[in-house]
Amino acid sequence: MTDSAFVVVRAGALTTVQDLGRVGHAHLGVPRSGALDEPALRLANRLVGNPDGAAALETTLTGCAVRLRRAATVAVTGAPCPVTVDGRPAAWGAPVRVRSGALVEVAAATHGVRSYLAFGGGVEAEQVLGSRSTDLLSGLGPPPLADGAVLRLGAPYGPVPAVDAAPCPGPPRELALPVALGPRDDWFTARALRTLATGEFRVSAASNRIGLRTEGPSLERARDGELPSEGMVLGALQVPPDGRPVLFLADHPTTGGYPVVGVVPEDRLAAAAQAVPGTVVRFVPRRAR
Amino acid sequence: MTGGSGGRIRVRGLPVGDHALLLEVDTGEAALALHAELLRRAAARTLPAVREIVPAARTVLLDGVADPRRLAAEVARWDIPPPAGGHDATVDIAVRYDGPDLADVAELWGVAPHEVARIHADTEFRVAFCGFAPGFGYLTGLPEHRHVPRRATPRTRVPVGSVALAGPYTGVYPRSSPGGWQLIGTTDAVLWDTARTPAALLAPGTRVRFVPQRPIAEPSSRQPVREETST
Repeated sequence: MTDSAFVVVRAGALTTVQDLGRVGHAHLGVPRSGALDEPALRLANRLVGNPDGAAALETTLTGCAVRLRRAATVAVTGAPCPVTVDGRPAAWGAPVRVRSGALVEVAAATHGVRSYLAFGGGVEAEQVLGSRSTDLLSGLGPPPLADGAVLRLGAPYGPVPAVDAAPCPGPPRELALPVALGPRDDWFTARALRTLATGEFRVSAASNRIGLRTEGPSLERARDGELPSEGMVLGALQVPPDGRPVLFLADHPTTGGYPVVGVVPEDRLAAAAQAVPGTVVRFVPRRAR
Repeated sequence: MTGGSGGRIRVRGLPVGDHALLLEVDTGEAALALHAELLRRAAARTLPAVREIVPAARTVLLDGVADPRRLAAEVARWDIPPPAGGHDATVDIAVRYDGPDLADVAELWGVAPHEVARIHADTEFRVAFCGFAPGFGYLTGLPEHRHVPRRATPRTRVPVGSVALAGPYTGVYPRSSPGGWQLIGTTDAVLWDTARTPAALLAPGTRVRFVPQRPIAEPSSRQPVREETST
């Protein structure tokens, strides 16, 4: 029992358990959730011999520290950061074999926001609707990590691949996001659509797992009134009454009543999730295919 | 289709990125009918693979679609029957009509407070769609002159099990949360329980009846919800 446990020594600003999320329940009001930087989660899992969808820890800016009670292979990906084992520097973006009782520390990100700490065998939290992800909008899944909390590791899946280090692209300094216009671009003036294409937006500090909020120009509506609630997709660029676009990330609500001017492709959302507050955001609108 | 006139349902397909499609119709009834037709075709495997089918007030969102344009063109040609009666699950929810906004709703409706309970309990509701929180259903069925506005100032905490009204909808709070709806009653029904299969008591299309309980709850009634499926 204690073999598989690990103790949270330092939970950091916000550390959650994440896998690939819960798909197929949006019609019941259940957000998808899951790792915000999905490629980084998949890579971390592969480095430690897990299937891509095993659960790992997602940190936010300040990292975290855990003490293992059994030997394990760990790997850190996502936002680059110093990694130490028992105070000694260890590799980032590579499998690291650690002994039973070792203190694994993921330090603050040098750039980017979210680092992923994967363990051989994965984090063994209870599954809710097929996923172990913490969903901060609806409170599903395990609670965010707290200092002193005890979690468990799953049984290792098998041999760890022979990899020295995997190349990880660092988070971008400036964020350029393609936007396929629609379904509600007709709710905005022609000037608002020009502003979307040419304006300089910045990532707001109020961003979270639900959405990347922007500061900068506001988009002016072409019509008044309320939009009846409609289904929302991951990557939707929703415009609340203040006119400042919000890019929906994994914990976004499944329905909403503010118009969506366009949608950012899913494969660009990892970069958005790694953009620190203040990062310049440029939107590149185009017609949907 | 409007108000049972029997006309053909017109469906407009709006692009949502490159892999989703928003199907828009004119009325809530038409959205129910379109959603039912999509589920029928998904069950019969004549619908292309989709990741999510999310009904809402006037739309159904299809997410995870390989070719949204082609699917939109196909759906526009469908003949969609009106929502079938009698074949869907019916859920009875026992309610104590003791909400703090009962008097305000009575005034908006121009009736006595006890009449609010009778009118509400005599209405046949249907889950138009879910959202806001896991297990929260937006129930339609009240006629237009019974629609009420949200409260001017939302409450920071609405208790779990509150039965509430806003706009054309009735809803039951699956957990305690902030909310601006008018609270007319409370229920012990468990709307959302991840240890149960299915976790959600209400799903889109489910028919719902509210059954008034006596003002003093009977101590034996720990399981006030009866679920029946008519076959």
